[in-house]
This record gives sequence, C-alpha cells and structure tokens, in this order.
Amino acid sequence: MTRDDLKNQVIDYLAGKLTCKEVTEAITDYLEGSLSFVEWVRFQMHLGMCFGCRRYLRQMRLTIRTLGALPVEPIPPAIRDELIQRFRSWKGG
Amino acid sequence: MEDTPTGLTPEDAKQLRSLRNGDEAAFAALVDRYHSPLLRLAMAFVPSHAVAEEVVQETWLGVLEGLSRFEGRSSLKTWIYRILINRAKTRGVRESRSVPFSPLGASSEDADEPAVDPARFRSTGYWVDHWAEPPGVWDDDTPEKLLLSKEGLAQIEKAIAGLPPAQRKVITLRDVEGLSSAEVCNILAISETNQRVLLHRARSRVRRALARYLEGGDSPT
Repeated sequence: MTRDDLKNQVIDYLAGKLTCKEVTEAITDYLEGSLSFVEWVRFQMHLGMCFGCRRYLRQMRLTIRTLGALPVEPIPPAIRDELIQRFRSWKGG
Repeated sequence: MEDTPTGLTPEDAKQLRSLRNGDEAAFAALVDRYHSPLLRLAMAFVPSHAVAEEVVQETWLGVLEGLSRFEGRSSLKTWIYRILINRAKTRGVRESRSVPFSPLGASSEDADEPAVDPARFRSTGYWVDHWAEPPGVWDDDTPEKLLLSKEGLAQIEKAIAGLPPAQRKVITLRDVEGLSSAEVCNILAISETNQRVLLHRARSRVRRALARYLEGGDSPT
C-alpha cells in the first residue's frame, strides 16, 4: 500500500465512510432526526471533515428558513367584511 | 360546563371560547391570521386561483359549522387546515382540469431523482461521489435578501409551483406553513417515511432552484 492509499483510507474512515452524494441524500433524515445513532455519528464525522457538505447543509437550512418566511398578501377588505357578515349571521342563527 | 380541550394551547382554548361566545373580534383575528395562508395552501391542491378562493370561502363556512363540535384534539390551526384540505380534495375530484389525486406515493413522482446534479460529484478515482464542484457559500441573510427582491421571491414561488403535486403539498404544509411532521402525516394520511421522502425531494429541488438563481450554476435541470 502506498502512502497516498493509506492517507485516503484514514480520511475516508474519519469522514464516516460516507460519500458526499450519500450525505446529500441523507440530509433530510438528518434534519428530521430520523437517522439511527450510528448513522448520525457517521454523518457528523463526515461533516467535520468535509467543507462541501457543511456548505450544502447550510444551503439546505437557509432554503428551509426562506420557505418559512414567505410573505402573504393581506386579506382583501371586501372579503374580510363578507366573512365577518357570515360570522354575524352564524351567531344570530 | 366549559370544556377545556387537551390538544389546545391556552391561547387556542381562549380563542375558541371567544369564537363560541360570538366574539366578532376573535373571528376577525382568525380571518386576518389564516385567510391568506389558507389561500396559499389551497393553491397546492386545486388547479386555479379562482377555485382556491372558493375552497377557502367554503373552509370558513366549515369552520363556523364545526366550531361547536370541535373537540380540540389538534391545534386550532391544524383543525382549520384539515377542513381546507378536505374541501380541496372534494373540489379536486370534481374539477376536470384538476391535479389528479393520486395516492401520495413518492413512487409515481420521479422517486429516483438525485438531490444534486451528479455532475457536481467526481465520477472516478478513490473519491468517487465526493464533491468535484462543492456548493457555494450562502450568507446568513440569504432568506431576507431573496424575499426582499421581487425576482428572488418570484424564483421561490416558481420553484414551489413547479414541484410534483405530492411534493408541493408536503413542503407547503411543513416548511411554508410550519406544521409538524406528525400533523402533516395525519392530515394527508401518509406514512412518516413517505412524508420524509416527499419532503426530501421537494427541499432538494427548491434548494437547487435557489442555487441556480444565486450562484448561476448547478445544472440546467
């Protein structure tokens, strides 16, 4: 075994023996807390070694945050009035 | 005797009491808070804005009809959303142009689509399937920047609207409306696993669309 082979194997081990592609597919399980303990440890080890996957995780978290902050239009006054009228008749009836 | 439902927050319970007592301000507050989110959610279920508006109107009538019977096993929000989804489903079946109400399986919706364009990974060597071209760095204020720009906002809305129907429903309920995974599984009658797969596909696609917009890269499809 060459020195480079050995180096690769050590890094691979420290990176949880996960590929970056596998990380991108397991990321929702990770965020949802549905990885097993062993899988979670391997995932964390990979993140610790891999800046690309840390960036990917960050992008995913920012995407989720963006979705949660989407603005909505306020209710049109005419529709609001109409609904309150409905409530009045419901109350009366 | 006043019933004090167990699934409700104290705030929900208080609002429910006010509504049942005919407190108009409480109803107005409910309408102000939920009308537009309901409309947005309805759009994930029916084919047009006009139909979505009708569904939301019907939902409010359903809320009024159901107020006295609501047992508070879920939060007020989840209860209202469930009414909307039931109405939307009924409508979806009736509408000829409707998005088909196929079972919410991931199988029919490109189940094998990768989260990331395979070209971003190395294709040979010891480090095959590790990043060849790592993702870019997004700043912490990316959401604010995206949402404050007209074009950014349009990109996000386009990405959501372009999702396969089941993915769109799940991501809208989970990430846009902020329901828990248990609530979403319950409302849509799907398994945890199925929900997670759909959420994963949806989030991956939206992230990819945003990356394409923000970084001007990450594959054309």
